[in-house]
This record gives sequence, C-alpha cells and structure tokens, in this order.
Amino acid sequence: MLKDQDRIFNNIYGLEDTSLNGCKKRGDWNKTKSILAKGREKIIGEIKASGLRGRGGAGFSTGMKWSFMPKEASERPHYLVINADEGEPGTCKDREILRNEPHKLIEGALVAAFAMGANTAYCYVRGEFYRETEALQRAVDEAYAAGLIGPDACGSGYAFDFYIHRGMGAYICGEESALIESLEGKKGQPRLKPPFPANVGLYGCPTTVNNVETIAVTPAIMRRGANWFADLGKPNNTGTKLFNISGHVNNPCTVEEEMGIPLKELIEKHAGGVRGGWENLKAIIPGGASVPMLPKSICDTVHMDFDSLGEVKSGLGTAAVMVMDQSTDLVRAICRLSRFYKHESCGQCTPCREGTGWMWRMMERLSDGSAELEEIDLLEEVTRQIEGHTICALGDAAAWPVQGLIRHFRDDIEQRIIERIARDAEAA
Amino acid sequence: MTIDGVEIEVEAGLTVLQACELAGKEIPRFCFHERLSIAGNCRMCLVHMERAPKPIASCAMPVAEGMVIKTDTDEVRKMRRGVMEFLLINHPLDCPICDQGGECDLQDQAMGYGTDRGRFQDNKRAVKDKELGPLIKTIMTRCIHCTRCIRFATEIAGVEELGATGRGENMEVGTYVEKALTSELSGNMIDLCPVGALTSKPYAYTARSWELKNTESIDVLDALGCNIRVDTRGPEVMRVLPRLNEDVNEEWISDKTRFACDGLKRQRLDKPFVRRNGKLEAATWDEAFAAIAEQLKGKDGKSIAAIAGDLADCESMTALKDLMAKLGSPHTDCRQDGAKLDPSLRAGYLFNTTIAGIEAADACLLIGTNPRLEAPVLNARLRKRSVQGGFPVAVVGGVTGADVDLTYTTQYLGDGAEVLKSIAAGRHDFAKVLKAANRPMLILGQGALAREDGDVILGLARQIAENRGMIDGKNGWNGFNVLHTAAARVGGLDLGFVPGKGGLDTLGILGAAQNGKIGTVFLLGADEIDTDRLGDAFVIYQGHHGDRGAHRADVVLPGAAYTEKNATFVNTEGRVQQTSLATFPPGDAREDWTIIRALSGVLGTALPYDTLKAVRGRLVEVNAAFMNLGEVTPAPWGAFGKDGETSAAPFRCPIDNFYMTDPISRASLTMAQCADMRVGETGKTGTDG
Repeated sequence: MLKDQDRIFNNIYGLEDTSLNGCKKRGDWNKTKSILAKGREKIIGEIKASGLRGRGGAGFSTGMKWSFMPKEASERPHYLVINADEGEPGTCKDREILRNEPHKLIEGALVAAFAMGANTAYCYVRGEFYRETEALQRAVDEAYAAGLIGPDACGSGYAFDFYIHRGMGAYICGEESALIESLEGKKGQPRLKPPFPANVGLYGCPTTVNNVETIAVTPAIMRRGANWFADLGKPNNTGTKLFNISGHVNNPCTVEEEMGIPLKELIEKHAGGVRGGWENLKAIIPGGASVPMLPKSICDTVHMDFDSLGEVKSGLGTAAVMVMDQSTDLVRAICRLSRFYKHESCGQCTPCREGTGWMWRMMERLSDGSAELEEIDLLEEVTRQIEGHTICALGDAAAWPVQGLIRHFRDDIEQRIIERIARDAEAA
Repeated sequence: MTIDGVEIEVEAGLTVLQACELAGKEIPRFCFHERLSIAGNCRMCLVHMERAPKPIASCAMPVAEGMVIKTDTDEVRKMRRGVMEFLLINHPLDCPICDQGGECDLQDQAMGYGTDRGRFQDNKRAVKDKELGPLIKTIMTRCIHCTRCIRFATEIAGVEELGATGRGENMEVGTYVEKALTSELSGNMIDLCPVGALTSKPYAYTARSWELKNTESIDVLDALGCNIRVDTRGPEVMRVLPRLNEDVNEEWISDKTRFACDGLKRQRLDKPFVRRNGKLEAATWDEAFAAIAEQLKGKDGKSIAAIAGDLADCESMTALKDLMAKLGSPHTDCRQDGAKLDPSLRAGYLFNTTIAGIEAADACLLIGTNPRLEAPVLNARLRKRSVQGGFPVAVVGGVTGADVDLTYTTQYLGDGAEVLKSIAAGRHDFAKVLKAANRPMLILGQGALAREDGDVILGLARQIAENRGMIDGKNGWNGFNVLHTAAARVGGLDLGFVPGKGGLDTLGILGAAQNGKIGTVFLLGADEIDTDRLGDAFVIYQGHHGDRGAHRADVVLPGAAYTEKNATFVNTEGRVQQTSLATFPPGDAREDWTIIRALSGVLGTALPYDTLKAVRGRLVEVNAAFMNLGEVTPAPWGAFGKDGETSAAPFRCPIDNFYMTDPISRASLTMAQCADMRVGETGKTGTDG
C-alpha cells in the first residue's frame, strides 16, 4: 500500500486550500526554475528513466513521446496539448486534478512544454466540466499574476502561455488527433497517422498531446527523482496512479495507489469492499468502458498495471474500476456500452460507423433474449471485423467490451436465449 | 519495397496503394481519388504490412524503404469482405432502379468481395434526400460517406458548401442549410460519387449506361476544348461526360459542358427556310440555294459580307472564306463581339502559357476577365496553382468588383486601362510583384478587347508582358495569354477569317449593312451580333439553332451541332482538336462545310474539295498549325497591338449569365433552371412570377 509520503496528489479530495498559496504550502511551484535549469535533454531523460507511461489509457512511454518532438525549433512553433476531455465512462480522475490540484497541472505543463520546446499549452477541457474549467482558469490567473507562467515563467526567461479550450462533449474528441481537429475549430474526427502529431499536429505544427494526470505528475518526478518514481510499482509499470472505483462497492472513491496493487486489495482497502462481500462479485471492468471485463476468478488474483491486465486480455486503460456484483445483468450492461459507442462513433470510417450500430442492435436482442443462438458467433465475428480496421481506437474500444462479455459470460447469453425459446415453445 | 513477394522500386512520395498499382495489384477503394486529398475513411484498401501491429490503409500510407506488403492473403481478403459487408448493411438494394447501376464502384467491388446473402437482420438506415439544385439529384440513403464530394467542393471547386453533419451512423453529407451549390463545376461530383447517391438530375431514369454508345469528342461551349465523351442512344444525346486530358481539363468539365446537351434537342433547325412575304417558310435545299443564287446574281462581291459565330468549325470557316474570296468579297470576320484581336501574329491571340503551364507560373495578372465564368475548368487550374502558395493573383476589371470570389485569393487593382498603364510603366506596386516573379503571367480577357480601344489595351498588355519579364525566350516561357470565350475564335484567326484587303470587320459590316452599302450578309452561326443593325440586307443564316440569327434571316441553311459532325476546333491555347460525329444532324440538316461546298456549286464558283480529307488538307495549306493534332504549336513572339488613347470605361465581363452564352445553352431547359436559380439568389423576392 502506498505510503503517505509517496503520495503525489496530496489534496485530491480538495479538503485543503486549493488556491496558489495552499498549493505552494504543499510543495507545488517549489523551485520550478531549477527544474527548468536542468535543460530539455535532462528533463526528458529523467522522465524516461522514471518509466512514466501515459495515464490516458494507451500507456505509451511519456519520455519517449516527448523525445519524438523535433530537437530544433524550426519556423513552426511547437505545441503542448493537454487532454482534459475525460469522457471514458467510469473515469473521474482528471476532473479531481482540475478541481483540486490545478497547480500541479499548470506546473507540469510548464515543465513538459519547456522540455519539448513549446511556448504554448492548450488544455482541452471536456465541455461538461464547467466548474472544473472555472477552477482551472482561477489557477491559471493566479499563476499568471504570480509570474509563474507568462513571458518570463518562474523567472527562467522562458515564455510560456497556458490556454483553456472547452470542448462540446464529444467522446471522440478525447482521441488525440480528433482533439487537435476540434481545437482547430473543425469537426472532431481522428486524423490518419502517419503523419503523427509530433510532426504535423495542431495547425500543422509539432505537437504532443498528453493526459492531465501524466502532466500533473511530472513536477513530482523532477523534484523527487526518477528513481523514487521507478521504485514504486513494478518494473515497466512504475509509479503511482489514480484509481476510480465505482459500481457495487460500499465506498466508491478516487484514490492514488501504487501501480500493480492487487485488484482485490484495492477494492477492499479503499472502497470498503464489494457490496455483499467479495463472494458476491460477478465481474469487473478494470480500466474504463473500453477494456474487456474480467470474471471474478481472474479478479481474485490480478494486479492493477498495464502488463498484468494485458496478460489476461484486458487493459489498465484509465484505471477506472467498475465493479458489478451478482445482481448485475451483464448483457444489459454491455449493451448499454455498445449504445454509447454507437452514439459516439464519429462516422468517419466504415467499420466503426456501420459496425457499432450493428453491434448495439444485436446486443439489444441478446439482452432480451430475442436473438438466435447463432448470433453470438456472428456478433463475435463483427467485433473482429471492426477491431484493428479503423482509423482510431474507438472501433477497438467498442469491440473489446463485447468480446470480453462473450469470452467470459457466453453461458449467460445462451441461457437467456434458451429460456426465451422454451417460453415461446410453451406459449405455442 | 516488396509487394506480394515481388520487389519493386518506386519513387518516394507515392502511397502504398499507388505502388501496388504499379506492381499490377489492383486495390479496391472508394474514398481514394488521385486528385483529392486523402481521407482514408472507407477502409476498403486495407493491406497487410509486415511489422505493423494492424493492417494499414494503403491509400494513406506513404511508401518507405524495405516495406513488405501483402495484398493477396486470406486475411486481407477477409478484411475487405468485412468492410464490404459493413458498407452494404445500410446500402439499399435498389440497384435495378439506380442510375449508377452498371457503372457503380460499390456494385463492381461487391462482385469481388460481397456475399450473396446478408447477415444483417435489422432495418436499413434511411436518409432524407438533399436538394442541391437543378443539376444534382441526391438519394442520400445510398451514400457510403466516402466524402469525395465534400473534398471536391472544398479543394477543387473552391466552394466550402458541402460538409458532414451528425456523428456515427447518423452522419449525413449535405449543405446544412439547404441550398443549391454555387459552383460551376458541381457536376463533377456526380462522376466522383462511387455510388448512386449523387446522380445527374436531368439524366435521371432516362437511360442505362450499357445502352449508350460512347463517342469521344471535344466541347465547344467555351474556348478550352475540354475533352468529352458524348453518350448517345439512337439519335439522342443522353449525356456528356469528361474525358481525361491532363493538358486541358484533367478530368473535369463545367456544368454547362455537361448539362447543356438537352439544348441539342430543342429549337433545332431541321430543314431549310426561305422568307416569303415576310415569313420564314420551310423549303427544300434546292429552293434555299436558288433563293441565294437569285439574290447574288450580278452583285458586286464587295457588297457581300460574312460573319462567323462562336461555334463555327474550322472546316466550314475555311470553306466560307474560300467561297467569299471567289465571290470577290474581302468582308469576313470571325470576331462577332468586335474584339480587337490582332490576327497578324499568332502569339498575340493565344493562351501561350498553356493551361497546364499555369501550374509553373508564380504570379498572375487578370485583365478584363472573370475566368470563373468564362472558363471554369481553367479557373480550377488557377485555383490549383493558388492553393500551392506563392502565386499572387491580381485582377483588373472584368469582374463585378473588389468582392468577387474567383475561389482563390485575389487582389483587386482597379477596373480600367489606367491601372494597366501604371503597371506597364512599372509605377504600380503589382508591377514589382510581377518583376520579382520568375514566371509571371497575365490573362487578357475579351472584356478588355471587345471595345473601341481594344487594340490599345492589347498593346498595353503586350508592353506589360515585355516589360515585366513575362516573355523569356531563353527559358521558353511566354506569360502572355488571351482567354477566349468562343470555341471558333482561334480557329477563325488561324484561318484568316478576318477582313481581307480593304475589308470590313464585324462592326464595319454591320454599319455598312445599315446604310445599304452591303446588301448580303452570310451569318455562319453568328447569333451574338446586334441583328437590328443588319438594316435591309439579305441575310443568309447557317446554323443549328433557331436563335437570334435565324430569326432575322431571309434564308436559313440547317447545319450540324458539335455532336453531329466531324469537325476541327482550335482551343484558346492553339491546340487543334476534333469532334466526332455522335449522332446525325436532325432532319435535312447537314454537316456545315458540305452545305457551303454545295452552295458554291450552285453559285457557279465550285470549291475544289469534296471530301473531309480534302478540306482538312486545305486547313493545313492555310495554316501549318493544323497538322499538329492535339498539340500546341508554340507561337513566336513579335509586335502587335497599338498605341493610343484609352477610354476610362471599366472592363466588363463578356459573360453576364454563365448558363446562357450560346444557342445551345440558351435552348437548354436545364441551363434555364440554373440561370433562374442564380437570379433567385441575387434579385428575386419569392413573390414575383
């Protein structure tokens, strides 16, 4: 279990003063100038050594991502874009940072932007986060007023501006290239890669898009050192992570924990256990709506990190743990997710546009039992036809929950259909 | 790189899809189009790439050293079948009543990758059709969201009017606020649409593609000579489609070229007419010729004149010119709008840069021209060059004012000759821009030439070209360009269909007819002249439509339209091209040069050629340029134009109404609807009419 002194987000619940003064007392903005003084290469090296992996869901090495930015600035400016379009169902970590730890984000943005030679950061905040935007804007204003950011950020001589842009609530705008399109004022649709944003991103300029949490932990890594961070968690899955536990637990919460903590321990220690006891557990979605669910048998032993969850054909995603007890109609639950993906598909490429609707309609029939048994295989095949064939990962995200359901709970689906057939026969 | 086990070398910058084509591997696609930006959204072109975690969209992936691509594995075929299934689940099964049937990409590829039965059990999506004006019919339920039309409108046509609204399966292509498209090139979207979502409205439900006979030909409704394919069924022209010619029209044609063909069926002159007791009465060829012979008997050649119209072909012009010479008349002119073009030097009336050459230019001055209306396809070329950047375009007159939208950025310098003088003298700011450019060009429109001081303007333009570095013989660059609006004009000038020694030009002929000095006027399809000024002259009209000229005529000789004859035209660049006979002329109408040949016999001045080959031999005899079929013969530079006083009047655009510029488009119902729509935009209140 994470020791209190290793905690990065020490005001994640907003119990203490969230203003600049309060944050400074807790260590934010402490000698930021000396962090910048280390220089670009050092900062990127440190982040690489810390093993920090992107906290937005894909888990790509952050230091590596930063190093893709051109070393020398050309006539095209560099941009840092912060993805605060937290739309993944079950996920509510970034909003806590925006609300209660905004200065960690702004300081992190300065460090990250400096490391990649960007003088401007755009923070794309999910439209529904109205109060969060206010809180962040307040913090930005404070930082400007205190000279922490602006033409001479922290007295380092480096010019840095921080802009907030509010989205309109489309899930797809959380995908980095769709976010860039939306930021440019266009319809939020993912771009083709290559070219990658590090070459051609916002307004055609080199751009790095990072998750809020990723950016917010960088100042702590720079202050305490890469080794401290790397010693937490497990190899290749280092550091601490904000977990969101929701669903059928006694005490739903957001909590910072070490990577690689056993799932059972996470739930029992922090969320007060599963409603009705661990034995009442049916399944858990461990990383936000996009990852396949796990049955209790796997939940008993699995650890919460990228690689361990990958081994059981699921993923850490955003670390949004959704707990479902025995009372849950899993088919109905996944059906609801399918409807979500059908609603949020941008419509650009064929498999996702056409496939998500088809999947949802089949899921509806499966959930009320009106489908035929063969349709389960058909549904499985349709998910394979979508997976990996789309421009962005939304197609995969839509396919995986359904695949997880069929993989682990095929009996549930079949039983429902068999019961319906029996009822029909009786009625006839 | 390696494609299906075969190693090939391709140049960098190509996409994997293009490389596969080079390797002889056909990759199915819907959204990819060579001339549009890459969308990568149909996912039909997925291929397997070694060391890639996922299959790649070959249309969007640039080739790289050492790539290993597989296009022909079971896995790839399965992916394509999957995408095809997705495309078909919401595509209606209405191929039997779909106008795209037989030439539909989706239909064709479904033969390769579709299954014979659907697994989708739910209701198919239905989408409300959009109203895009009189040219494009939409059946949006068929749309597969490839966005080719959106990209064409935005990128090629330069009108950002189409877009996608809605998300996921509710995404719809449309204009959001329903309105007709304002592009003169909109019809090309019909060709681009891979399915039957956008089809031709006038052609709807009239024919199936496999019933049509295709004839390759040339368009004559503007002076570009766009390469077209005329599709006919029996005696009827059903539709006109573009044909690929990189040097002229790439693969685009204007809406007029495409849709004016219904004008070929209306207002046609299908038999000779002779005016008797003030009324035109149907007659036989013999009666018509006899009436002409009677009129010309004993007349001095100098009292006879001939004016060639905008659609006249080279064969008939040369025959008429020869006939006039035999009759002793020097009064011939092919410039019915009175443009002061100088026929003495070819470079002085050609689009010397060539249309494709625009892409090499790096600055442009438009004088008295609105290319968007006068030659939309050429305008698309200017836009293509403009979006590449480093191509300042300035406008002097010819447009409605500083706010004109040519679909690319322009700088409005003024509307008259004063600006030109200032540029010629190097005083104007834009003169410096031209001087700084490596390959500057100017385009001189008929709006600056068809006026009293046209020859002085022509001289001014020559000075600008010479003083501002547009004529660079060393590097073979000639930036002096005249943009014609009439398909017949360059041919007429090349053949010397201009006043001979002591002859009168169009205005002179009209003046002389008015005061009785000229008693007989032969109009070869000349409809754009002021027929009131023909006075009491005896008018012979030869043409294919009962338009202005025929109404004034005393004898009407029915000729053939451009789809009904094998005829030669020279485009504004000086490119010699030939139309082909797609249908026969209606009724008693005949190919034009044969009419003049027959008339010459009746008049006792028989012309020395009886076959098309012989007439074409005569063309080459008059001007060797006619030997180079399909090519542009570069013209040597020299002196032309005049010095003198200019008037302060602004240069006007020669085209008021893009959709009605000639007898064919004036007879077209479709063009009338388009014109109505445009008028509605500018003036109609909704309560009138």
